[in-house]
Amino acid sequence: MLRMTCPYCGVAAEETELAPGGEAHLARVGPEGTDDAFHAYLFARENPRGVHFERWRHAMGCGKWFHAARCTVTLEVFGTYPAQTTEPPEHIREAITAKRPGWTWRDLS
Amino acid sequence: MKRYSAFAIAREALRDHTGWGRAWGNPEPRRRYDAIIVGAGGHGLATAYYLGRNHGIRNVAILEKGWLGGGNTGRNTTIIRSNYLQDPSAAIYEKARSLYETLSQELNYNIMFSPRGVMMLAQTEHEVRGYLRTAQANALQGVKTEFIGPKRVKELCPIIRLEGPRYPVLGALWQARAGTARHDAVAWGYARACSDMGMHVIQKCEVTGIRREGGRVTGVDTSRGRIDCDKLGLVVAGHSGRLAEMAGFRLPIESVALQALVSEPIKPVMDVVVMANTVHGYLSQSDKGEMVIGGGADGFNNYTQRGSFHHVEETVRALVETFPMLSRLKMLRWWGGIVDMTGDRSPIISKTPVEGVFLNCGWGTGGFKAIPGSGWAMAETMARGEPGPLAAEFSLDRFREGRFIDESVAAGVAH
Repeated sequence: MLRMTCPYCGVAAEETELAPGGEAHLARVGPEGTDDAFHAYLFARENPRGVHFERWRHAMGCGKWFHAARCTVTLEVFGTYPAQTTEPPEHIREAITAKRPGWTWRDLS
Repeated sequence: MKRYSAFAIAREALRDHTGWGRAWGNPEPRRRYDAIIVGAGGHGLATAYYLGRNHGIRNVAILEKGWLGGGNTGRNTTIIRSNYLQDPSAAIYEKARSLYETLSQELNYNIMFSPRGVMMLAQTEHEVRGYLRTAQANALQGVKTEFIGPKRVKELCPIIRLEGPRYPVLGALWQARAGTARHDAVAWGYARACSDMGMHVIQKCEVTGIRREGGRVTGVDTSRGRIDCDKLGLVVAGHSGRLAEMAGFRLPIESVALQALVSEPIKPVMDVVVMANTVHGYLSQSDKGEMVIGGGADGFNNYTQRGSFHHVEETVRALVETFPMLSRLKMLRWWGGIVDMTGDRSPIISKTPVEGVFLNCGWGTGGFKAIPGSGWAMAETMARGEPGPLAAEFSLDRFREGRFIDESVAAGVAH
């Protein structure tokens, strides 16, 4: 069972308290966006075998949306961080690098 | 290939079964094939089989990183049905179901197709209206289904409790010609037939790269060396995204775990398949007597072939409400598979941005029932270079163009 610490309320929540919300850091496409950009925003997904950044909601707790860095092969959680950001913070990226040297996700590494 | 028959059994009985021979070969890869299929599961092997049978393309290799049928083909709950709402889905699943009916004879391999009937319970007013609509749609599509009342449900499945505590059974969508088949045998039967046509089924051969020249595929790098080809079919379910990445494009797919479990074997108690989509569980009894149970997919990206225990708990809890006798059963085995979910929960059979590379994936939680139809449509697409009537609606660019086959909304459930 997955366990993650909610970055808002600090509770170490179990999977049954949490609701998955899919890939994180998808930039919204506005009215000026192209068809390709809109298609990518709606449907194209990284779906990596390894390090993944994703949205979760502490549904049965404080109710807040947050972000998590997780490995899709081992289910290891590298860290969680608030949703009010467009990319993973430095300390999360360092925590991943310590365990998965050479990782990449989109253009991050 | 030795033909299997009653006479063959009698003959072999007289000589201590020494004359059977291998069902399929174990060849070394050649330098080049006309077509390579990546993935020796049901869909990949069926694609190769119909390439040979329908289109005369027989210089074909099927590459498998693990063992034959060891992915989702060996991990599903073996249900075969075609009672879909949308026309493109009904067409391809009905093609598959009808091919399943005669597949044992065609392959000379007993896939144990059992047209025992599938009922999808209506347990809310909304579901009743939905299934009445599906039954009407099926009538127009030429798929024989009917909406039946609670009395008939109880006759067909006596162990069911009609007056559930939360959701009483108000009726069901009944497809009498749907059923189950032996899942491993489907892979084995197709592999044997492919091998018999001179195709190479190569196991333990992992594709590590896709070679391209000027936007066209030229071959693959594998754990057993480089192999050239004119056409490449990617038929690898949960790992489709990985192969697409090698070929240089992205997919509208996320891979999640789907779980199933079986109980200890018991005497025959039900001879139909029952799906309860409101509470989300489905149930059938295998020929060995085990109750085969499936539920919904887990919600997050996962490549581990195992899911979260609480999903199993939810499924079993739901089924116990409708089948109280299940509460006494011990569960024997529990497993998961990695399913590839698309944005509209319908599959992709398509050309790709790379010339010569074709894609068959996105079957999500409902791939087994589609195997023969999927192979038929994929083979046609690969042989002609353009999708045929069965595959046309399932193209990759439907997501860009907004032509969804919205079966997830239609079914109200992962399917």
